[in-house]
Amino acid sequence: MTAEASVKLTTRKDWASDQEVRWCPGCGDYSILAAVQLLLPELGVAREDTVFVSGIGCAARFPYYMSTYGMHSIHGRAPAIATGLALSRPELDVWVVTGDGDALSIGGNHLIHALRRNVNLTILMFNNQIYGLTKGQFSPTSEQGKVTKSTPFGSLDTPFNPISVALGAEASFVARTHDLDRKHMTATIRRAHDHRGAAFVEIYQNCNVFNDGAFEGVTGKEHRDDMLVPLVHGEPIRFGPDGRRGVVLGSDARLSVVDVADVGEGALLVHDEAREDPSLAFMLSRLARGPFEPTPIGVFRAVERPDYSTLVTAQIDAVRERRGPGDVDALLRSGTTWTVGES
Amino acid sequence: MTSTVDRGTSGAERDVRHGVERLGSLVVRFAGDSGDGMQVTGDQFTAESALFGNDLATLPSFPAEIRAPAGTLAGVSAFQVQIADHEISTPGDAPSVLVAMNPAALRANVGDLATGATVIVNSDAFDERSLVKAGYQADPRADGSLAAYRVYEVPMTSLTVEACKPTGAKPRDAERSKNFFALGLVSWLYHRRLESTVEFVATRYASRPAVVEANTLALRAGWNFGETAELFESSYEVPATRLAPGTYTNVTGNTALAWGLVAGAHQAGLKLFLGSYPITPASDILHELAKQKHFGITTFQAEDEIAGVGAALGAAFGGALGVTTTSGPGIDLKAETIGLAVSLELPLVVVDVQRGGPSTGLPTKTEQADLLAAMYGRHGEAPVPIVAARTPSHCFAAALEAVRIAVTYRTPVYLLSDGYLANGSEPWRLPEPGTLPLLDPAFAPAPGAGADEGTGPRSFHPYARDPETLARPWALPGTPGLEHRIGGIEKADVTGDISYDPANHSTMVHLRAAKVSGIARSLPELEVDDPGADAGGPAPLLVLGWGSSYGAITAAVRRVRARGLSVAQVHLVHLNPFASNLGEVLARYPRVLVPETNLGQLVRLVRAEFLVDAVGLAKIEGTPFRVSEIESEIVRLLGPMASAAAGAAAGEEVKP
Repeated sequence: MTAEASVKLTTRKDWASDQEVRWCPGCGDYSILAAVQLLLPELGVAREDTVFVSGIGCAARFPYYMSTYGMHSIHGRAPAIATGLALSRPELDVWVVTGDGDALSIGGNHLIHALRRNVNLTILMFNNQIYGLTKGQFSPTSEQGKVTKSTPFGSLDTPFNPISVALGAEASFVARTHDLDRKHMTATIRRAHDHRGAAFVEIYQNCNVFNDGAFEGVTGKEHRDDMLVPLVHGEPIRFGPDGRRGVVLGSDARLSVVDVADVGEGALLVHDEAREDPSLAFMLSRLARGPFEPTPIGVFRAVERPDYSTLVTAQIDAVRERRGPGDVDALLRSGTTWTVGES
Repeated sequence: MTSTVDRGTSGAERDVRHGVERLGSLVVRFAGDSGDGMQVTGDQFTAESALFGNDLATLPSFPAEIRAPAGTLAGVSAFQVQIADHEISTPGDAPSVLVAMNPAALRANVGDLATGATVIVNSDAFDERSLVKAGYQADPRADGSLAAYRVYEVPMTSLTVEACKPTGAKPRDAERSKNFFALGLVSWLYHRRLESTVEFVATRYASRPAVVEANTLALRAGWNFGETAELFESSYEVPATRLAPGTYTNVTGNTALAWGLVAGAHQAGLKLFLGSYPITPASDILHELAKQKHFGITTFQAEDEIAGVGAALGAAFGGALGVTTTSGPGIDLKAETIGLAVSLELPLVVVDVQRGGPSTGLPTKTEQADLLAAMYGRHGEAPVPIVAARTPSHCFAAALEAVRIAVTYRTPVYLLSDGYLANGSEPWRLPEPGTLPLLDPAFAPAPGAGADEGTGPRSFHPYARDPETLARPWALPGTPGLEHRIGGIEKADVTGDISYDPANHSTMVHLRAAKVSGIARSLPELEVDDPGADAGGPAPLLVLGWGSSYGAITAAVRRVRARGLSVAQVHLVHLNPFASNLGEVLARYPRVLVPETNLGQLVRLVRAEFLVDAVGLAKIEGTPFRVSEIESEIVRLLGPMASAAAGAAAGEEVKP
């Protein structure tokens, strides 16, 4: 029996909790929430088997708005808490909703380790390149020179590239999407959910109060065609009106953006998300220095490797097979014992 | 391996040329370089003595560095064990035997010895260079500084190399077995059997037959040396203890604690999930549980202390028994997650094997200085129940109790052990099979069939409470109809929705506090050990303790009573909440003494809680109390009445 067959048909309404959504009017989080709530009825999963775990930040309020199980935990720690849940209950569908500060600053350590272990989690990282809940300080993804309340003379920090971080952390699934394209968001998150193991999705998300328009130059309706580079498995990487532009791997081992007419379609790099070696995916993650150059979106990497809870469960089963189920009385007598009789 | 104690014989044919003296108790300390294998030697002498039927208590002591420079004081590793023909509660104040494998080991330990103690030195190691390394200006064997002791010089290294010749091992390799030579010699001297050690060597080094052979040869050579060398005037016998009937095993605190967690989870029908990060001296709990996967245990070695407790809490949300184990700085890192667990009201066991602090402090040394951190070390009003183990074997019962409280009351629980208990060992009379109590986790049931329509998510209230325990429902993901969200933001009473309402916050703070203080209703009343109370009224002084100072306090109280003085003792396992009659007990006694290896933490709590003029006895040296330290303070406090009877008995631990 497939999961789909046993699960009751639901609609978006079934997945929304009765709590009032309290993000700022116009926040990009609303469209992500809508995309997830619209997607879930199509995934063949049950509400009671679904858990959203979050840390702290604007994005982290997400679980309150879902009528699933949920935990709004501690700043940065959601991947660690979700790891414990996923290991103890491998059959659950565990999601982590996080932001750029939560995932890459205070929680950077937990994120990279959840990714390398390949814990079965769907991790949605809302990247707005700013601290919103604390009212506008620069974040680990803010561009250098950013003027914020805590950096009145400009930020000196080199930002993280979240896709590069995830790939460097041995993630088996890495993707990027953005909050202005529900169709692309839904398709990307669906892929992430279907991936067994740790799936990391960076979602460009507009903070219209503290960092309005950060991604407008690439995700805005009028720029999208020119600036977003869709990654499609097995297809040459090309973008722009009529696919006029494309990406080539030069003999100097660098990627560059070219006019297809200049090089010919055959010269374009064909995207292979299943490539074992993450180097090319990493190069693609560096194609744009920021959301002002042609920026790849879609699935950078999707490779199969055993997820952590499967390995953990298999090891327990194997030991059990060999030693039989645990017996407490035998455990207490497993060392040297001696008996003192009645005297 | 099981054997039956045969009290009638010493376990070996003895040469009649030697006299045999009987001893009531014996304190042996093995000391050498940290690479010399002193812990193995001590462990095996302990195992031999346990099998022989002695009561015993051990105190391993090792440097924080894995291999400090050889031959230096910093690198000295030691293992002390007291064995006795009567029940004892400490590893002894002052060793009566020291085995020193080199000058540094002698110099680092000689100051602790009892007058007239036996000192056995490896004379091969007393060359000029080693003496200088140890900081000796002159050879202590020749300058009279050891005049107060009976010194035996044994060329252990060369005798070991000689004994191992048949193996063909190079001398450099062969001399590594000299710890087994020392063990063989001391085993002869004190009439221990070698069989269990021979068996241990065969198992432990099974993959290296040459090592098995060398160690076994060295062990027997040591024994035979004692038998034939006529160096020792006599050998000694410590007869078996009359222990209560039952099956015994020798257990360290860390092992007993791990087994208590296994048993607690098993008796509750819960999967045990341990989230942990390696840290001294708690790591052995992780190691032990990692071996027991067939119980369905998951051991998750996390990326850091925070992830360890976070994963445990996540597992608890999923319905597992979430446990994290740590020490010292680890509890600082876990504090935020423990606060979240207070707010989420989920079961969680936090094991703190206390060590010397602050900061990195003394990683391998013991201290009882985390009580106030466990009690108050979180922001906001965040009460956490605290259970403390008092002896190595009691770690088992303490772990069971921590699990009971965590599961019953849906709360994080601090389980306090310390370095002394963790690595120390004692014989433990095992509970009879099938006698451990069962525990019902009482998961929230799914709403009944047919209740689907018209109920929806609002029908379930995650913060509705059990009227008796004030515990909230443990509602597991996967249960249809119980979907709910929990988090660290203050929750509305009953519904669990986010609430910033002032009155609600007050309600919730009071409910959480009342839930924890209400645990006292489930605790047995304290029983005071005050033998004279019925005849002559309460003793003039009550000694109140907690944790690992139990052994030293108990022995000190026995000694004081042996002087003909009256003193009462009570020892706390529950530090938060206290047993409900503690205030009444304290009020009964004119004076209260609280010995702790900290600057006075329990004494502060009881003074604040009960307005009693309790006084503390602080020791903060990274070592447990000596019995004599507590004994003299009790005598001092008993005042004039005591001095009349003083001097009656001192030094030896006295039979009850």
